Amino acid sequence: MVRVYDIAHSRAGDKGDTSNISVIAYDAAGWEILRTQLTSERVMAAFGHIAKGPIRRYELPKLQALNFVIDHALGGGVTRSLAQDAHGKSLSSLMLTIELPGVRA
Amino acid sequence: MSQRELLRIGAGASFADDRIAPAVDLAERGELDYLVFECLAERTIARENLTRVKQPDKGYTPRLLDRMGAVLPACVRNQVRIVSNMGAANPEAAARLILRHAKEAALHDVSCAVVTGDDVADLMRGQPQLPIMESGEPLETLLPHMASANAYLGADVIARALDTGASVVITGRVADPSLFVGPAMHHYGWSYDDWSRIASATAAGHLLECCAQVSGGCFADPGKKDVFDLARLGFPYADVSPDGTFWVGKLADAGGRVDLATCKEQLLYELHDPAEYITPDCVLDITALELEQTGPDRVSFRGARARPRTPTYKVTVGYHDGFIGEGQISYAGPNAVAKAKWAADIVQQRLSDRGFAFPETRVDLIGMSSVHGMSESRPEPYEVRLRLACRTADRKAAEAVGFEVRALHVNGPAGGGGGSDPLVKEVLAVQSVLIPRALVDPQVHVTRLS
Repeated sequence: MVRVYDIAHSRAGDKGDTSNISVIAYDAAGWEILRTQLTSERVMAAFGHIAKGPIRRYELPKLQALNFVIDHALGGGVTRSLAQDAHGKSLSSLMLTIELPGVRA
Repeated sequence: MSQRELLRIGAGASFADDRIAPAVDLAERGELDYLVFECLAERTIARENLTRVKQPDKGYTPRLLDRMGAVLPACVRNQVRIVSNMGAANPEAAARLILRHAKEAALHDVSCAVVTGDDVADLMRGQPQLPIMESGEPLETLLPHMASANAYLGADVIARALDTGASVVITGRVADPSLFVGPAMHHYGWSYDDWSRIASATAAGHLLECCAQVSGGCFADPGKKDVFDLARLGFPYADVSPDGTFWVGKLADAGGRVDLATCKEQLLYELHDPAEYITPDCVLDITALELEQTGPDRVSFRGARARPRTPTYKVTVGYHDGFIGEGQISYAGPNAVAKAKWAADIVQQRLSDRGFAFPETRVDLIGMSSVHGMSESRPEPYEVRLRLACRTADRKAAEAVGFEVRALHVNGPAGGGGGSDPLVKEVLAVQSVLIPRALVDPQVHVTRLS
């Protein structure tokens, strides 16, 4: 198993009730794992208790990065959320805790 | 072409409460042509509009004078022109204040170009049928509670404001990247329909609009992603060439880091579809963008693309959305988590017994589950801080939340400490609508020292 934290870095942004979370590989090997294994399903499994979705996933091969856009993720939106982290800035760290199978057998 | 022949635009702020010293540093030593301050979060303008209703000569960003007073001497000395949305809900008053300050400080040749026309609240009252982008509901559902409505203006009016020769451009709501696109258009005389150059400048503006977030801020992870002298984190600038290619950099001795990693994080920040980033100026596509580290703390960008701008402006409607009442108290040592959970139940029972009902209540155990929610595998912490937050339309109900949490000191489980003062937040929320461009009339007025 490999943690996303070990192969990538991440930043979260907000627009209304939608969170976008980038996942950027440190190198080509990490990118290959991200591209093939960090699926929308795996991300929603990690975020399901916070976000309703739906989720969109964009691949950026030139940046060796993925961009996940998750709707209904910020407690009704930054300006009215009851949450402490209304912007969901810390959600990037949750993304980095996801475990992937790593190198395929 | 040497670096100094390129247009250099510095980033001076990313929000109303950003640090000030790094902007002064850039103004003094950055060899800038322009310094841009982005100081308007989504709802800031709604709040400032309420201020203006009570105090007609206020309504600009509250730290206006702190920031302008700090940077103006160096900007005047080095002929750095300033572009900022610090005018918020009252750019005219902001300009008057800046000019008065300049006169008192004996700073000569300061003039302000004021951009108006973003305030479309009156227009909105006549468009109740417009669909709200977030919900699809008609705008008329918000109109009774509306506090403000502002269109995101584009770079064309910023360029017009700079064409007047004014040393300071002060605006209300303008799209963040447009604050940077305007100077590039003005400086090089680019056409507003020169899509490849508008695309480049929009990408540069997007990278710089959050200031230190591209030069090492919101990035460091000790031992994993280190950043040089983070305590003295410097602000970034962009060098823009006549063909639109640009470089992002920072002062060599300032703290921070500009490399592919910091630039990629900021490039994707608050972006949804990377082939379709909609601004008032264009529809930007960054998927073909080529990044290259060309020197220490210096990254080049080529290949931004854009499609023509949409026929609409986005309008942010600020509206009153009731109150949030909040209280906090800490528990530590044996059984801390069980005590905190019990305390939360007790407060909710007492609020209910007093006749208060809340449509939405949130119980946070800070130190355990307040930020990422609860996962089954997480161990219990040694100490935990209970936070209760409740939504309500009734201010008295909101006040009762913090009151009952603080009363836990004496009336709750053993050892509750550090109860917070009751907190009541008046909620100003925002939603968006799109309106045809033809309905909006951006204006520029110049004011000078008399």
